[in-house]
Amino acid sequence: MGSTGHLSNGKLNLNLLRDYYRRELLECLDKCLGSKALVWDDALTGPFGLIAEYSLLKEHEVEKMFPLSDKGLPPSNVQNIIFVTRPKLHLMEQISQNLLQEEHKGGFRKEYHIIFVPRKSLLCEKKLKESGVYGTLHNIEEFNLSLIPFDSDLMSMEMEGAFKECYLENDYTSMFYVAQSLMTLQFLYGIIPNIQGKGDCAKNVVDMMLRMRRELGGREPQITPQIDNLLILDRNVDLLTPLLSQLTYDGLIDEIFGINNTSVKLPPEKFVSSSQAPEEAPTEKKKIILNSSDELYGELRDKNFNAVGSLVSKKAKTITAEFDERHAAKTVSEMKHFVSKLPHLQQMRQSLSVHTSIAELIKEHTDSEEFLDSLRCQQEFINGVDTDKVNTYVEDCIGKMEPLDKVLRLICIQSYCNNGLKTKVLDYYKREIIQTYGYEHLVTLMNLEKAGLLRPSGQRNYPTIRKSLRLIVDEVNEQNPNDISYVYSGYAPLSIRLAQYHARPGWRSITEVLNLLPGPTIEEIQQIPVALRKRRSSITSSHSSVMDQKVTLVVFLGGVTFAEIAALRFLAQQDDALGEFVVFATKVITGQSLMNSLTGVDT
Amino acid sequence: MATADWNPLGEVYYKKCELYSMEWSETVDISKFEVSAAPYGGPIALLKDESKTARVQVSTKPIVTVFTAAGKQLGQMRWNSGNIHKMGWSHTEDLLFVQDDGVVLVYDMFLNFKKTFGMGQEAKDVKVIDCKIFSSYQGTGIAVLTSTCRVFIINSVDDPRIRRLAEVPGLSSAPSSWAVINLDRQSRALIAKGSELCLIDHGGQYQVQTPDLSTDVTEFLAMSLSFNNRCLAMFTDKGVIWIGSSDLQKKYCEFNTKSPTPPQQLSWCGAGAVVGLWGNMMLVVGPDKDWINFNFDCPVHLVEEEDGLRIIGKYQHEFLHKVPEVTEKIFKIGSMEPGAMLFEASKEFYKGSQKADEYIRIIKDKLEVAVSQCIEAAGHEIDPAKQKPLLRAAAFGKCFLTDYSPEAYVNMCQMLRVLNQVRHHVIGIPLTYSQLQHLSMPILIDRLVLRKLFYHAVKICQYLKIPDAEGASRILAHWACYKVQQKSENDETIARAINQKLGDTPGISYSEIANHALEEGRPDLATRLLDFEPQAGQQVPLLMKMHKDSIALSKAIESGDTDLVYTVLLHLKESMNQGEFFMAIRNMPVAYALFIQYCRQQNRTLMEDLFYQEDNFQEEGTCKVINSFGKERMEDRVEELKLAQSCFTKAKNEFARVQTEDQIKLLKYQQRLEEEMNRPFLNLSLHETIYRLTIGNNHKVAEQLRKEFKVPDRRFWWLKIQALGESGDWVELEKFSKGKKAPVGMEAFVEVCSKHGNMKEALKYLAKVSPEQKVKCLVKVGERKKAAETAFDNRSEEELNYVLSKCGPNDKQLVDSIRSMKQQLGKR
Repeated sequence: MGSTGHLSNGKLNLNLLRDYYRRELLECLDKCLGSKALVWDDALTGPFGLIAEYSLLKEHEVEKMFPLSDKGLPPSNVQNIIFVTRPKLHLMEQISQNLLQEEHKGGFRKEYHIIFVPRKSLLCEKKLKESGVYGTLHNIEEFNLSLIPFDSDLMSMEMEGAFKECYLENDYTSMFYVAQSLMTLQFLYGIIPNIQGKGDCAKNVVDMMLRMRRELGGREPQITPQIDNLLILDRNVDLLTPLLSQLTYDGLIDEIFGINNTSVKLPPEKFVSSSQAPEEAPTEKKKIILNSSDELYGELRDKNFNAVGSLVSKKAKTITAEFDERHAAKTVSEMKHFVSKLPHLQQMRQSLSVHTSIAELIKEHTDSEEFLDSLRCQQEFINGVDTDKVNTYVEDCIGKMEPLDKVLRLICIQSYCNNGLKTKVLDYYKREIIQTYGYEHLVTLMNLEKAGLLRPSGQRNYPTIRKSLRLIVDEVNEQNPNDISYVYSGYAPLSIRLAQYHARPGWRSITEVLNLLPGPTIEEIQQIPVALRKRRSSITSSHSSVMDQKVTLVVFLGGVTFAEIAALRFLAQQDDALGEFVVFATKVITGQSLMNSLTGVDT
Repeated sequence: MATADWNPLGEVYYKKCELYSMEWSETVDISKFEVSAAPYGGPIALLKDESKTARVQVSTKPIVTVFTAAGKQLGQMRWNSGNIHKMGWSHTEDLLFVQDDGVVLVYDMFLNFKKTFGMGQEAKDVKVIDCKIFSSYQGTGIAVLTSTCRVFIINSVDDPRIRRLAEVPGLSSAPSSWAVINLDRQSRALIAKGSELCLIDHGGQYQVQTPDLSTDVTEFLAMSLSFNNRCLAMFTDKGVIWIGSSDLQKKYCEFNTKSPTPPQQLSWCGAGAVVGLWGNMMLVVGPDKDWINFNFDCPVHLVEEEDGLRIIGKYQHEFLHKVPEVTEKIFKIGSMEPGAMLFEASKEFYKGSQKADEYIRIIKDKLEVAVSQCIEAAGHEIDPAKQKPLLRAAAFGKCFLTDYSPEAYVNMCQMLRVLNQVRHHVIGIPLTYSQLQHLSMPILIDRLVLRKLFYHAVKICQYLKIPDAEGASRILAHWACYKVQQKSENDETIARAINQKLGDTPGISYSEIANHALEEGRPDLATRLLDFEPQAGQQVPLLMKMHKDSIALSKAIESGDTDLVYTVLLHLKESMNQGEFFMAIRNMPVAYALFIQYCRQQNRTLMEDLFYQEDNFQEEGTCKVINSFGKERMEDRVEELKLAQSCFTKAKNEFARVQTEDQIKLLKYQQRLEEEMNRPFLNLSLHETIYRLTIGNNHKVAEQLRKEFKVPDRRFWWLKIQALGESGDWVELEKFSKGKKAPVGMEAFVEVCSKHGNMKEALKYLAKVSPEQKVKCLVKVGERKKAAETAFDNRSEEELNYVLSKCGPNDKQLVDSIRSMKQQLGKR
């Protein structure tokens, strides 16, 4: 990772968080003296890459890096071997194996350490003791990296299991981590005065957070709060939105190719420059980093995909025009002016070509019959058309054995929009799925039912919610949107509507709808010492409106989609701005990843 | 006159000043006691020695009394253990008693028993004949000399590890004198054997040394080491005091006292003079044979300090010390030092005399030195009345300096304020400034806490602005620990009192106090106190220690800290049998869920047991389903599924039961098919099985399965069409299309043909496609032109747009014609 300037572009400087983690990490590393080799739990390399670059590690005597595997460690002559790992039992088994093999090998004397990210766990230590390697370990450290800054307004904890653990297994460990991360944020950015939330997990998190603050017993940094509001939303308050196909640029990239730790791997064919000979075509996937340091991406990412094409071509024209300026440049100073713009122009041109390629890849997908039909089907469902009977299109998808996650998403959408399905319809779908995709999905279906994604008919809440929150908007302007519904071409994400009402006029105005949504509504106020309160700028001051911009931290427990983030950004950019939003998610998800996390027999 | 009480000793002066007039003067006659006082202004312990007073031999046990340095009684007790051989203080102001059997008993200064340990079996067997309590590099050490003339030593009473020192060759009777030398992080004993001295260490080494002595000597009757262990004084049988370095390499002087008897006490005053005490007469000898003589009205006891000597008597407590250099500079008659001039200037200034200005002018260049001298000298004064004019002089001099940092001045004022406070007879710690420097402020505060002077300690912390976490909170915590010892008050009152005072003060650990209460045998109080502990991480382990497991569990759950919950859970699991354990957690959903989570990863059988126990048949069934996938053998698999089936029956989950039944049926089919066709079928879904069969041209079996499992028509049609398309069996496909009316429409046939690239076949079905699907199908088979025409015939702009969207860059002509068609439509 090169520059991290993009992290500090928002109202909340997330570089502070990054720096905090860097310090903690180096402190951890510096505890063992001498040369080091790091052995990585694979899932951590991505997040770590966003915190500390290799050269920094090198400065702290990290000489080698290995992936953690069953195969054991490659030979090396470093003084310290440090396992960097999440507190997961299966990883402990691998570490134990590695250590036992090393012991067997003998040879050069080394010291072994473990750094647990974000926290060590009793069970893991127990496991290590049981395998008889605990004594071999010189040092057991914790590195509290839990909240990874992705962009100037986006942080993710990258905990993919959070939703499943909370709703299926009643294991709220991840919520404890959320509460801890919120404490870290409050440590860096001051106590957040206003807290509101919706859902059981939200309640859980708020309770824990307030408790942790009590535990601190007043030993908190004296900082003027930089975050005004905290809004915590459970994913199960809005299970509909992630199921729908996202139609924003980055939403589609994520749905089709999957974005991991702000980077995406794409099929290489589209990125071959014309000068390259075809036989040299690269076979490895092309990795592209997606964040707002890429100016063009910053502009494109939140657009409805239908608006991307025109925007790209407009950009292309401007750039060409700017390049042409050199012909017009006559005087030396004009020339100089042009040259000074050159690097920026070249960078723009480069990024333009990348995004044109990506857009082409996406278009292939969005033009396909499958995509369009599925979209049509989704639109019918959310509009409440024929949701009470078995849908022919869904049946056909099953008949053609289209990917299970697609089928499940559709059925779950239908279930949601019909306030649950009649037993006959539900059982028919379930039977079809088991017969087609296999008996193991009996468990998947049970999981979906437990999580409330599939359910038998119940109270008819959806029409009321849809109407009072204006979820369906008929007149959508995809090019120049005037409402958040553009992100799903006509459907406004429920979660973001809640955030919108939260900012203005306030949740009091939608109490009835809130009561229809699952889980308790939470409201708490944390008192701020008078000395630390934000001073209200006087009425006469002209730039008071800028100063009074409120910052709201929106926490999504159980994940958030890019389309939802886009909708929040849209809200922040409007003229009657609702203030800035900073997103904190347990994970950036898509309907597919949500379904996959609930799928099947995991043994 | 400031120098009136200065006594010259060679080049330097010694001065004796009164610290306290003793509160005990009415009641105590120290000549009748064995006296021991702790250094750094520590408390004084008196042991009533019956043998000194009793005219008749009585067998009553002695009485021990402890006083502050000002003579205020702190505690008293009648001794009830063995024969006390020696009494002394540790560096943490604990009172140590060494018995003649080598047993050491440790009491605090209020004479509460703390602990005991022995000096080894040999000491116990053969009795101790002498004992030294000394300060070692690890704290306070004890050395005992047994009747077998062996020396056993420990270096720290906190961590007593006994070591035997080397034996002195040829020593058969008790040495005439001995001492422990503590240098270079090692404790050695110096034993006097006749005219020789023998240095022994615990490495088994001994070293015989003869000090350089000009007079004859047959025995050394007494020896004494200076506070810093660097100098040694010895008294010979000829009445000579030998003064030299403790390694015997250097001799400073020999001084003949002409006394045939050794002094009662041979001590050092700091490191600069040796003091001998004979009855009421005290002789001070300097390293250069200079001497001073003091006489007292009554018997006294000497206590060495690092910078002087405390003299404790019946009426007075005095301090003898060398006049510090800086004081000498200021007050010595005729001194021209800057400090002296400044002092004079200040005096004149306050008198309103212009002489002040003259003096200041003289020392103009050295004003900074002058100020520092006055500040330093103030520090050395014990009497506030003498401190004040010096500080005033410093403040006066400071005014003439432009960029003088006031830090030193402010610090000194603060230190003196604290020192004067603790020296006050109510507290009674006569600490000098240099002693405080050495002791450090935190330790002084600790000592106040030891004396239970919590209020004073807190005030000092607040005055010095020591952060609460290190200062006031810590003291309050000690106060609370002391409070829980007060058995007279009930638990409720104490808990409330403690909470009232401590509140939510940062840095207070209620669990520590609770731990203390627990040690005091008050578990109920501990529980009450733990309720105030905000940190679950502290609270829970202690609750577990107190066997309050269920409270521990609920507190852990409240905290939300999974790890903490597991700590309690695993502890519970180990400490009770399984049934009890299950019962204990069944009413705690969070704990229950976490335990299940643990089992899910570690012990699935246990998880099933739990579900079974709880009549959670649905979950139990799910477990069985999952298990079935892990089984290798068919019979085991079916067995698990049958179990699952019965679980689902009990759970009244009809759907799952039927599906499981079907699965068993399917597995049996698949097994048979594998045997018959020698192709893999296991683990395929029903749909995939039929699909494979269709591809493999086994339509009959496929049909059979379809009927058996009631596959709906629509899906079956899709299945068959796709399978036939994949296998390229166009004949069979056509046959199929002509059979029963297809529920999926003819476009499915077109689709599958075009998908597999057989456009010719696709065209066959095109005619039968319903009109509304026609355009789409034409596009699919690549007949875009025809599609456009059909759309035009249908007069559908929508369809035309659809065709248009499928046109590539090579269809320019077509695009144009579609555009014109649209125009035509628009016209009509």
